[in-house]
Amino acid sequence: MPPVSVTPYTSSKQRLINISCFIIWIAYALIQTALLWWFDVDVSLALNDSLISATVITLCCYVIASALNHYMPRRKGYFYIVIWTLVLAAISISIDRWILQFFIQDKGYLDHIDVSLPLRFFVNALLIAWMAIINILWNIQQEYKENEQRKADAERLAREAELYNLRQQLQPHFLFNSLNSIIALIGRKPDEARNMTFQLSDFLRGTLRKDDQQLIALKDELEHLQLYLEIEKVRFGHRLATQVDYDESCLAMTLPAMIMQPLVENAIKYGLYDTTGNVTIRVSCTCSEHLLEIQIENPYDSQSNKPRRGTGFGLRGVQRRLFLLFGRTDLLETKATTHIFTSIIKIPQR
Amino acid sequence: MIKAVLIDDEPLARSMVAEYLESYPEVDVVAECNDGFEGAKAIMQYQPDIVFLDIQMPKINGFEMLEIIDRQPAVIFTTAFDEYAVKAFEQHAIDYLLKPITKARFDQAMAKFLDTKQTEATAANTRKMLDSVQQAAGTLERVVVKTGSKIKIIPIGSVICLEADDDYVKIHTDEGTFLKNKTMAAFEEQLNPLHFVRVHRSFIVKVDHIVRLEPHEKDGHVAVLSDGQKVNVSRNGYARLKQLLGM
Repeated sequence: MPPVSVTPYTSSKQRLINISCFIIWIAYALIQTALLWWFDVDVSLALNDSLISATVITLCCYVIASALNHYMPRRKGYFYIVIWTLVLAAISISIDRWILQFFIQDKGYLDHIDVSLPLRFFVNALLIAWMAIINILWNIQQEYKENEQRKADAERLAREAELYNLRQQLQPHFLFNSLNSIIALIGRKPDEARNMTFQLSDFLRGTLRKDDQQLIALKDELEHLQLYLEIEKVRFGHRLATQVDYDESCLAMTLPAMIMQPLVENAIKYGLYDTTGNVTIRVSCTCSEHLLEIQIENPYDSQSNKPRRGTGFGLRGVQRRLFLLFGRTDLLETKATTHIFTSIIKIPQR
Repeated sequence: MIKAVLIDDEPLARSMVAEYLESYPEVDVVAECNDGFEGAKAIMQYQPDIVFLDIQMPKINGFEMLEIIDRQPAVIFTTAFDEYAVKAFEQHAIDYLLKPITKARFDQAMAKFLDTKQTEATAANTRKMLDSVQQAAGTLERVVVKTGSKIKIIPIGSVICLEADDDYVKIHTDEGTFLKNKTMAAFEEQLNPLHFVRVHRSFIVKVDHIVRLEPHEKDGHVAVLSDGQKVNVSRNGYARLKQLLGM
């Protein structure tokens, strides 16, 4: 299993390595000198031996730490760490022994060193392993911290999106204007007022109940849409006409809940709120065996509308949802002629 | 008689205000309008004492409509939900009614209006409010002007440069020159600073339309624009241009 490359951690990691190596060097030299002195070895011999051995083992520790700074082994890769530790320990002993022969002339003492080689190997291996463990633990902790951060970020994003959705669903402008219309109707046309109140509550209930992931039948989505259009007709009845065409065979087909709503709201926003004169909004649904296609058409005023903002948030949101659900980016299409804006969504059937 | 004009794109919303006004026999509704175009015409024609004005309307919104009217009438805004606008109203002590409008709140607004009528001070407040609303709305995307009896919507994309002209600003566009009653400072603040630069006390220029810069007199410059116009560039203006263009 090859190690995974990660970007080297910042200077705090480098500082950890430096400090550990320094401690190893001091401690190794001191302890070994003390031990040799305890065994009645000549002080200058003991110092020579200890300083050279300490330097060699420190260099080896530095090598493994630096390697782990750049390569983070996968879980199964820990086996390789053990092998590396043993190999490095063997190398450190060989180099140590090879250098020592130039500095120590006392033949008897060199023989003495050869006897202690297994012990020295064992100590070096332990030190290198300790260094490796410290580094791996640091990496794991760092990774954990980064994961936590990522999770927190993702949660924050999700919360913001949820808030935005809630506000979208409630559509304060639509809601308050509708209530205002109802109040205006109560005195003169109480029946219409009552009817509109029912429509508004049905519409709101439908909006709140639906969950984003759910697939619902076209029939239900069209009914929900009809409520919305009826309410707008009460507000703008004098100039709003709607035309909803569909093939009977398509009604059972499914689509993500509330996917049409932002498109129809867009159509109303640009087609009705931003134009004068009579307006017709057309919705037509066609289907084949594996595909449901919905086309929404509205007139718009190319003059008062700044050179068409391409895709507004509503359209982007629909595109994003379609991508998340179906993994395709070609399911939403928009067309604009001088007076007519058309958006088309395709829903693959499973 | 007090003349009133109702402007709202929803007939039912207008009828509600009209109904409330029935209890004020001294108020006469002289016109009901569906959008800002009709509204501006009616205001100029009838010179009403009070206008009930919705904000979100087709073509031009309530604020843009007020901008093109020379003599500001007393205005009571009626709106369903406009956070920015409401903040601006409160800052400049302009009265507004939130839909659905209760009779009690309506009466309160009427009492205030009947009490003070329109004074110079409130007209000035309206101007200031219009400026602050536009700032809150972000960068300017279009300008609404009146040419004779016609109302023209100028998309910012077609503007070449702006020239100060006493109390007015001359807007030079692809389609000709228009006058707008607004300050250069207000324009400078509301236009996208990546596209427009104030090159001189009297000129704001769209950077894309500068064809070349020529030295002029001692240490001044002149910018030649795509329509052949030559525009003075002050020393400060030249520095700003240099900074924006990374020269």
